Amino acid sequence: MSKHTTITRRDLLAGAAATAIAANMPFGHARAATPVVGFIYVGPRDDYGYNQAHAEGAAAVKKMKGVKVVEEERIPETVQVAKTMESMINLDGAGLLFPTSFGYFNPYILNEAKKYPKVRFEHAGGLWTPKDPKNVGSYFGYIFEAQYINGIVAGYSSKSGKLGFVAAKPIPQVLQNINAFTLGARLINPKATTQVIFTGDWSLPVKEAEATNSMIDQGIDVVTMHVDSPKVVVQTAAKRAAMVCGYHCSQATLAPQAYLTGAEWNWTDLYPKFITMWMKGEEIPNFYRGAFKEGLIKQSPYGPKVSAEARKHADDVKAKLTAGQYVIFKGPLKDNSGKVAVASGSELIQTNATDEKLESMHFLVEGVLGSLPA
Amino acid sequence: MTTELMVADAAPGDKPAVVPRRGMIQRDAIGRAAEAVLIPLGALVVSLLLFGGFVAFAGVSPLDVYAEMFLGSFGSWFSVQNTLTLASPLVLTALCTALPAQAGLMVIGGEGAFVIGGLTAVAVGLPLAAVAPPAVVQIGMAIVGMAAGAAWIAFAGAMRHWRGVNETISTLLLTYIGIAILNHVVEGVMRDPASLNKPATHALPDADMIGNIPGMDVHWGLVYGLVFCVLAYVLFFHTTFGFSARMVGGNPRAARLAGLPVGRIILIVTALAGAAGGLAGMVEVAAVQFRASASLAAGYGYTGILVAFIARQNPLAVIPVAILFGGINASGGLLQRRLDLPDASVLVLQGIIFVVILASETLFGRFRIFRPKES
Repeated sequence: MSKHTTITRRDLLAGAAATAIAANMPFGHARAATPVVGFIYVGPRDDYGYNQAHAEGAAAVKKMKGVKVVEEERIPETVQVAKTMESMINLDGAGLLFPTSFGYFNPYILNEAKKYPKVRFEHAGGLWTPKDPKNVGSYFGYIFEAQYINGIVAGYSSKSGKLGFVAAKPIPQVLQNINAFTLGARLINPKATTQVIFTGDWSLPVKEAEATNSMIDQGIDVVTMHVDSPKVVVQTAAKRAAMVCGYHCSQATLAPQAYLTGAEWNWTDLYPKFITMWMKGEEIPNFYRGAFKEGLIKQSPYGPKVSAEARKHADDVKAKLTAGQYVIFKGPLKDNSGKVAVASGSELIQTNATDEKLESMHFLVEGVLGSLPA
Repeated sequence: MTTELMVADAAPGDKPAVVPRRGMIQRDAIGRAAEAVLIPLGALVVSLLLFGGFVAFAGVSPLDVYAEMFLGSFGSWFSVQNTLTLASPLVLTALCTALPAQAGLMVIGGEGAFVIGGLTAVAVGLPLAAVAPPAVVQIGMAIVGMAAGAAWIAFAGAMRHWRGVNETISTLLLTYIGIAILNHVVEGVMRDPASLNKPATHALPDADMIGNIPGMDVHWGLVYGLVFCVLAYVLFFHTTFGFSARMVGGNPRAARLAGLPVGRIILIVTALAGAAGGLAGMVEVAAVQFRASASLAAGYGYTGILVAFIARQNPLAVIPVAILFGGINASGGLLQRRLDLPDASVLVLQGIIFVVILASETLFGRFRIFRPKES
């Protein structure tokens, strides 16, 4: 019952695919000379969130000449994504794939990369290491820089000094955002607090709405979030006349008045860049990280409620971040139980991907109301 | 079930005095078999036509849709393997609903048995892998996964029999508890510290994984499912126990009056159902995911309910229906990619099939062509 080799399988497959395509000439149009790029999303691509940010990147690629884009949405992190990748490769002739959900990486992308060494796989968020196949790349952005800017704007805009953060799970990427948002706000108002509520999963619209409502009931007047689709939080906050900072992509159209600003991915820049490299036959870096400086993230335009002072301060800090001259997690930093989280003199530099303390962050800074599982 | 009960209410116009001759009984059996196959098949064709109307409404040619669906599901060897891979968990999760239905219970908590089966299988597989050869690891994982799933659903069966708790509600609610336990454990005691941004357990070693069927890109889990279906069919339709279980399903009070141990039968049937769900979870971790994480709760348990209903709760019919659903899922991608249909269109098709097949149940016994003619 051990693992069987796949050699015969591939031969069979190639033969069968050829016969099938010959037999089905009318539908056999897939293997054209035009390079094909595939995008795979875990949720709907119009979710005003994580998936939409990637789909906007794909839309930018569609505008390029000489490349064809195929997309599939709502693909769970199961064997289904493996089959979708294979189907894109075998039936559509895709040569470059962007399976965008975190859980696609291991084992699915790593396995497919071994099976199809000529196809390039680019994954958002995974940690590629030199042990992994060379035809796999991982890219991601330190979006907490933009959450820091959100925090600065929230610090200026909040009247009560009480902020709220609707979060999915207490994992490092989410904690970086909560902490950066809080530090940004406390830069302006040292007494500001951030109430955090963990819903437990990436897409739980009912819990997200309940969390937002209960925060506003407590007197919180600016809310932000890290969930797959910020839509519910944004709409609920706007309905309750609270202000909101967005995440993943711009939700300004959902709440033109209440929307202050937002932390956005900038895949519309990155994807055409990667695809140009790929079409020219250049190597896409296997490991690619960055933030404002590298153009991987961007800030939503400020909403009407943001004061001139707030805009100026936020823009100044953003300029420093873009120049690479600003560190957010800089000691001394205490966590919210009073213990030292980052020692005096040490820094968690956001562009340093190998900084283990940053990548495995497991604390809430002073000013965050909430706790983590041990 | 329906096929058996039909004898009683069949053809009210028959003259009672006529004693059926041997040839007539045979023709009756053939007629009923033909009816059991042709009516669902007809319903399927009607569903596809309705779906064609739906996509035409969305501005896409139904013929293109049918062509892409065929290509993506059965049109090539690659597609067939896709279909079978996607069908394989559904075969087992469908049994989790179909088996209790034989005893008159409506269990919809296959998802819970699935995640608990997967989680316990990993919990046992990881320590076992360090000391035992792969065959032992796999058997150990299968036994534990099945036992955990069995206990999970049998608990609902026991509550139904001895406490009068509705098993539909209890199994559904147990699913939420199961998923919460899964999340709690993979984010806590069993978490691999290296799984930073997606909490998961440690991975099972490659050598202990369930491999593929030789010559195919389909893992052995499919075969486990087929064997389970056949055994369940034999058990329920060709043994005394199965007859008693179906009698409990037909009329529990009569069954009790006849002296059948209804409680024990319900426990065994629900345990078997849970074992099927648990085995599906074990296969998912041992053949596909390598580890337990929140991704285990991917909805196979819920799709299984649909498969069981369309198979009219017959363990053998589960096999073709699961393959049909595997095919629909396998072809869904092409509809999205090539025809720009939203992903939800596949759900629409599943929904149409579900409704039409259920509606077609009323057609049984209505067509004279399936009835033997009296001379």
